[in-house]
Amino acid sequence: MTEPLIAVQHLEIAFPNNQVFKDLNFDIQRGDFLTVIGENGVGKTTLIRALLGMVKPAAGQIKYYPNKKAIRVGYVPQFRNLDQEYPLTIEDFVSLNLRGWRPWLSKAERRQVETAMAVTNVKKIRQRPLGMASGGEKQRAYLAQAIVEQPQLLILDESTASLDNEMKYELLDLVQNLNQTSDITVFFVTHDLPLAKQYAKHYLALKPGQQQFGNIADMSVEALKEVTNVSDV
Amino acid sequence: MLAMFSLAFMRNAYLAGTFIAIICGTIGVFVIARNLSFLTHTLSEIGFAGAAFGIFMGWTALSGMLIFTVVSSVIVGQMSVKQSRREASISAISALFIGLGILFLSLSNQTSSYATSILFGSVIGIANTDVLRVALLSGIVLLAMLGLYRPLKFDSFDAIGARVSGLWTTAISVVFLVLVAMSVSVAAQIVGSLLIFILLTLPAAAARYFVHTVSKMIFLSIGFALVGVWVGLYLSYLTNLPVSFFIASIECVFYFAALGYQRIHVGS
Ligand SMILES: Nc1ncnc2c1ncn2[C@@H]1O[C@H](COP(=O)(O)OP(=O)(O)OP(=O)(O)O)[C@@H](O)[C@H]1O
Ligand SMILES: [Mg+2]
Repeated sequence: MTEPLIAVQHLEIAFPNNQVFKDLNFDIQRGDFLTVIGENGVGKTTLIRALLGMVKPAAGQIKYYPNKKAIRVGYVPQFRNLDQEYPLTIEDFVSLNLRGWRPWLSKAERRQVETAMAVTNVKKIRQRPLGMASGGEKQRAYLAQAIVEQPQLLILDESTASLDNEMKYELLDLVQNLNQTSDITVFFVTHDLPLAKQYAKHYLALKPGQQQFGNIADMSVEALKEVTNVSDV
Repeated sequence: MLAMFSLAFMRNAYLAGTFIAIICGTIGVFVIARNLSFLTHTLSEIGFAGAAFGIFMGWTALSGMLIFTVVSSVIVGQMSVKQSRREASISAISALFIGLGILFLSLSNQTSSYATSILFGSVIGIANTDVLRVALLSGIVLLAMLGLYRPLKFDSFDAIGARVSGLWTTAISVVFLVLVAMSVSVAAQIVGSLLIFILLTLPAAAARYFVHTVSKMIFLSIGFALVGVWVGLYLSYLTNLPVSFFIASIECVFYFAALGYQRIHVGS
């Protein structure tokens, strides 16, 4: 077994009169492609926020190897309210996430933006205002922004939810490529069981008060539909 | 044209106006991106009350304005950080401050012409020390903007992305509002507190229709603001009519031209 990147142990998270998790356990392996499935409101986004340290566990712990600081995270959040009028070009949007402090971009930073746009296949439309981009192009731009600082862990919160089938597979091909060639660990939240089955290595199925964790090869789509109440549409 | 620059107060007006256009053009890009036009309007009304209070206390109008706008921007900012749409309560606050401004002015025995110069701006009264003050404050605002540029850009143009990437977005909001307050106070020296939001919103709102990166928006927005201020001052000198009238008209031309450009561009 390889060394884990993150180990979640006996995690319990509760909001005022709403217990989200109790005794949740799983590991994120280095280089893993972990998919998280579960019905609406079961706590998938909350779990991400806990991993990022934005929600405090009521009990249990999240261990980071070697430590939390050393793990750079790229995160594509579930909702982004960018309307049609959104003015920035895709290129400028991608560069927002650069960590430097100079008002202008350094040569190295410009190279980072180039690389991120190249691997997400948005280089050709880099000058297009993001507000005008299609749903699939937007998701690829979000992905490019998330990976511009070369994260070790990439978190995708239902990034395929608004996409048609072809676009879904196109996006996941890009993510899989990042996972395999750049050794980025992927944490992928989805409702789409066939998609999860095709791309992931491990799965975590969540149900109120229950969890199932294992190799994706052992996941039966039929059985999971029962556990999670998730339809595959 | 040259005759105009032989007048000390016109030279001062051009100097101060240039600084004001630069900071308003810069700050405005973020005001628009963060949807703060309404708040800017309120701050300028609060600034009016502050100016009147400053005069009432025997200070300068600028220091009264700075105190009022900075303090209230921190308070209002905290409020609107939590709930972005509190427009009714913000309107109530502006009404209160306009009332206070009128009260302070009448208490301080100033003539009504003084009130109009605070409200609508004036080029006549600008002395060398005023230019120095404007330059100093503009310098502070610009330096702060340089230091804060990256996180402010991220938070303004992708608030959700900035938050999930761990930026201190609340701190950024508050610091930015303080910078807006300082810009309002500085700019009111020329265009007056009633029309200050023109320079803080219209150039930037127009720029975002023509160009699509943050840095280009800032340059274009500064350009629109500069043209408005420079041409406005010149026309005001020629006609003896209020400078704020010309600045407002010129910025409106830019803005509606931008809307027209957008329509043609999208339509094609
Ligand atoms: N800050 C909060 N305060 C109180 N309750 C919260 C908070 N955040 C989330 N919850 C609750 O926790 C539960 C889990 O929410 P979460 O957003 O994690 O669900 P999810 O699995 O991501 O759902 P979806 O599939 O709809 O995105 C929900 O019942 C939600 O109402
Ligand atoms: Mg969610």
